Formats: sequence, structure tokens, C-alpha cells
Amino acid sequence: MHTNNDNLLELQDLKVSFFTKQGEVKAVDGVSFSVGKEEIVGLVGESGCGKSVTSLSIMRLVPQPAGKIVSGRILFKNEDLMTKSEDQMRQLRGDRISMILQDPMVAMNQLLTVGEQLGEPFRFHDKVKGSLRDMCIALLGKVKVPAPESRVDDYPFQFSGGMSQRALIAMGIANNPDLLIADEPTTALDVSIAAQVLKLMKEIQKETRSSIILITHDLATVAQICTRVLVMYAGRIVENATIKNFYKKPAHPYSKGLIQSVPVLGRPVERLFSIDGQPPSLFEMPEGCRFSPRCSRAEKICFESYPPEIMLEDNHSVACWLYAGN
Amino acid sequence: MQGYILKRILIAMFTIFAVLTVVFFIFRLGPADPVAVMLPPNATPQDAENLTKKFGLDQPLMVQYTNYLKNAFKGDFGTSFRFNEPALKVLFERFPATLQLGLVAFVISVLVGLSVGIISAVKPDSFIDRIGRLVALAGMSLPSFWVGVMLILFFGVTLRWLPIAGKGTLAHYIMPSFCMSLYPIALITRLSRSSMLDALKSDYVVMARIKGVPEFYVILVHAFKNASIPVLTVIFGIFSGLIVGSAVVVEYIFSWPGIGRLVMESYFARDYPVVQVFVIFVTFVVVTMNLIVDIIYAYIDPRIRYQ
Repeated sequence: MHTNNDNLLELQDLKVSFFTKQGEVKAVDGVSFSVGKEEIVGLVGESGCGKSVTSLSIMRLVPQPAGKIVSGRILFKNEDLMTKSEDQMRQLRGDRISMILQDPMVAMNQLLTVGEQLGEPFRFHDKVKGSLRDMCIALLGKVKVPAPESRVDDYPFQFSGGMSQRALIAMGIANNPDLLIADEPTTALDVSIAAQVLKLMKEIQKETRSSIILITHDLATVAQICTRVLVMYAGRIVENATIKNFYKKPAHPYSKGLIQSVPVLGRPVERLFSIDGQPPSLFEMPEGCRFSPRCSRAEKICFESYPPEIMLEDNHSVACWLYAGN
Repeated sequence: MQGYILKRILIAMFTIFAVLTVVFFIFRLGPADPVAVMLPPNATPQDAENLTKKFGLDQPLMVQYTNYLKNAFKGDFGTSFRFNEPALKVLFERFPATLQLGLVAFVISVLVGLSVGIISAVKPDSFIDRIGRLVALAGMSLPSFWVGVMLILFFGVTLRWLPIAGKGTLAHYIMPSFCMSLYPIALITRLSRSSMLDALKSDYVVMARIKGVPEFYVILVHAFKNASIPVLTVIFGIFSGLIVGSAVVVEYIFSWPGIGRLVMESYFARDYPVVQVFVIFVTFVVVTMNLIVDIIYAYIDPRIRYQ
């Protein structure tokens, strides 16, 4: 764990559980990572691995009442968010830390105009200067929605999928947050629109100099805009690497599997590669490494205890027993 | 929007017409001969014939039907046998009492039901939620005729705190309005609770919180606006239901001088024109309420407004 005070965000051993009738579900089980200033970090993993819960935890918005942050520290600008009051958190949300949800069709309130929803980050953080409507129009223009002057009064159902996603991004970036979490911002979009949206996000990041955590299960998206990748599996970070290292020399068997699963254009294959087996049930986690039941290189120790985080080189660490000897 | 409202109005008018027709034929299908009912026991066959002619009952059914529709359009629904006055006038004389009681019960139901429902959804499993669920279960299960009698027995007869019958002071309103609002409170509580729970779980609520929107605004604007759509139908349905259904039972139990009691008395006295005009009036109230709900929907939900 490399700690330096230039980090914008640092999670230390974050544990988040859901308490259900069937028992405790450890959705996030000891996650530590940091995000530097102006960095774009990709958080990748399968559905249900805890990516979204991790990001909601950063905003202290884990679904209530079942979900609870059990332990850990969330340092944002060297201040522990776990010690903040609900009102202090509210003031941070939408101002210094913001988030874009994945499905714009359900993330927008269908009964309020796009303008009313865009104006909220300004209104509730006392950022209104002059006309709120003009601010919303400017914001829509910033995310390249055509004819923002008339579009601002539209309702979400009058927007196309791509435009809705742009409007959602606009809500996220309204107050130029230091940290923007984008939860699969392109999943609901078709490929060409997705590419436009990613390009837009990168442009905005350059302009606002904010840091971005991009949650996705799409490695192509990661390759396009991220500088660093965090691979998450069953509630834990298994690999933390720069984008270059991740694609050139992935260390964790799961990361290797993920990269192999991506079909390559121009290289025809009979059958796409897939990792055998299923992710473990959150109710019954394996004793040792969570990936061990699916891992082709698993050894005895892998089934017995969880591997420590091993530094391979600067900015590249992995949680895997294969590297414990070196 | 105008097209939408126009369509609703046409549907409402058609509904009223359909009910007028059904009412006409049902009352004529009935076994009781209205002439025999109206005449004193010592009347001659000649009297019966005269009366039959007077009411046009000797004419073919279709002619009677057209006359009935024509008269209905002019607001003439026949004459009450008992009062010898226009049936509609008899009904309207008694309607204010029903409306007053109905409004009191309606306001209580909406205020209590909505606030308990919303608080329960915002704080599930809290004290209010548990009590609310219990009261809702009781309100759904206990029939108002039983609750009414028990209230009279306990607060009227045993404790002698409240008047048991009639209309006069404010105290007269307490038992009947409580009795009438029990079921609507249960219904509104349950529905607003479940709609609010759904709304509070949705992504747009999470998104609003992400934007730093204060919680009261999230609950009352983002969540409640969405949750209110199903709740509104029930609320307006209840208003007509209170005036119609509960009024008959509750007014009868508490001897409240409204249309509910009137229709019971008229029914037992075979005063068919009054019963008939009651049914038509009830239809009119229900249809009007539904029309209002449809128009409010359009106002709340832009997806309807822009159809």
C-alpha cells in the first residue's frame, strides 16, 4: 500500500455488509486503494463483485437499512468521511464528490424536467449566480446536448438514451467535483454513442482536472481512458496496476482470464475463452483466495488462507500466492 | 393534453349514459309492480289503470325508455311516492349532511393515511411503522357496521361520553366519521407506504442524494411525486366510496340524516324513484371523481400530458 498525502481518496480496509434474513452478505470485504489527483482509475470486475457498493460507500450512500459500512476508513482529502455527520456528507455530495449512475432512464426522475434536475446541484449547494435556468442551459451545452435552450424544459422521456446519459453526466459535473465516480456510464448505450460519451468524459476531466473512478466490466472502455486499473473479485481488490502493466503483464490469474476473454478483431477463434465456474456465492465465501475454486494454478495454500497484497513493482500489486515466493 | 381531457370527458359521459340505461331496465325487470306499491290497499282496478296511464307504463318499453332519457336530461327523475316531491329534490335536501360527514371522514383519512404511510416508508420497522401496520390490518378487517355498534356500546352507552345518534354538535361527528374513516385510513396507509418504499428504492432517489439534495426534498418532491400517482386513484375513489358505500351503513347505524339513510328508508318503503335517483347520483359522483383523477394525472405526469 503506497500512501502519500497527494492522494485525493484513500480507502483503508473498507468492509461493507448487507444484513439480510439469510444472513450477512459481505459485499465489500477489506478493500484498500487510493486515487491520485487528476487520475482516471478503472474499477473492473464481474456483476455483483462489489464495485457499485464500493462506490456508493465512498459517498456513504449504501442502500439502507440492510446495508452498512462495517469498518474501514474513507479518506477524502485526508479527512475521514466516516467521521462526518450526515449533513456534512450532504454538503460534499454533488459538490466535491459526485457520481453518475449507469441507467439514465431510471436515474432521472420522469416527473421533473431535465432543467429542474440539473439545477439541483447548484440550488442545494448555494452555487446559483444569476439565472439558474441559464446555468442549466450552459451545463447542457457543456455536455454537447444540441439546442440546450429548448431542451432544458424537456422531460427525461423526451431525451434519447445518449442524451439522457449526457444530462446525467452534466448533473455529476455541475459543481466541478474533485472526485467523479462513473458507474458503468456507457453500459446502457450503443457502441458509437458510448464512444462519444467516453470522449466527452475525458475532455471534461482534462478541463475540470477532477479525478475519476470508472466502474465497468468492459476492458475496452478501460483501455480507452484509464491510467490505472483495479481488478475486483468477490468483494476484494485482486490486482492494482497501471494500464500498461495490466495489458502487458497481468499478474493475477483472474486478470489474465479477463484479458483472454476479450475477442481480438482479426484473430478468428473457434470459441471465446471463458473462465470456468461461477463467482462464489456471497453467502458462502471460500476459506482462502476467493478465486481458488476457479483458478487453474491454485495450490494447497490458496484454499487455506487469503493471499496478502504483494508489490511486484512500483504501482503494481497483486493479491495472489503465486507471487509470494519472490 | 386537450385531446386527452376531451377523450376522458366523452368516456365519462358514455359511462353515465350506460348506467342510466342499466338502471332503467333493472328497475323494470324487478318483480314488484310500482303501481301496486303506490296504491292504497282498497284501490279499484280503475285506479290502477289510471295510475298506469299517468306514469306512461302502458306504453311500449322503448317509448318509456326514450321518455325516461329525455326527462333525465332535464333533471327529472320521477316523483317520490313517499314525499310526493321530485326524487332529485328529496335526494338533494339530504345530501349536505352526507357531504359534511363524508368530507370530515375524507380529510381525516387522507391526513392520517398519508402521513402514517410516508413515515412508515421512510422509517421502516420503526414504532410508527409497526403501529401503522397494526391499525391498517385492523382497519381492513373490521367491518364498519360492527365497529359502529361497538363504538355506540362503549362510548355512547357505557361511558356516556358521546351522543349515539343524530346530527347537531361537533361531538356528533366523532363516532360516525371515525367509523367511516377506519377503512380508508388502512387503505391509504398501506398503499402510500408501499408506493413510497418503491420510490425510495429507485435510482432517481439515489441520484438526487448523490447531488446533495436534502432528505426532506428527496422524500417529498422526488419520491412522493412518483408515489402519489397510484395513491391518488385510491384517494379519490375513497371520496366517492365514502359518500356512497360507507354512508349507507354508517348513516343508518348513527341515524345520520343523509342520503345513505334516505336510500335505506326509501328501499324499505319501496320508494323506487328515490332509490333510482340515488344510484344515478352515485354514478355521477364516481364518474366525476375519476374524471378529476385523470386530469390530475395529466398534470403530474408529463408522459400523459404529452401524449
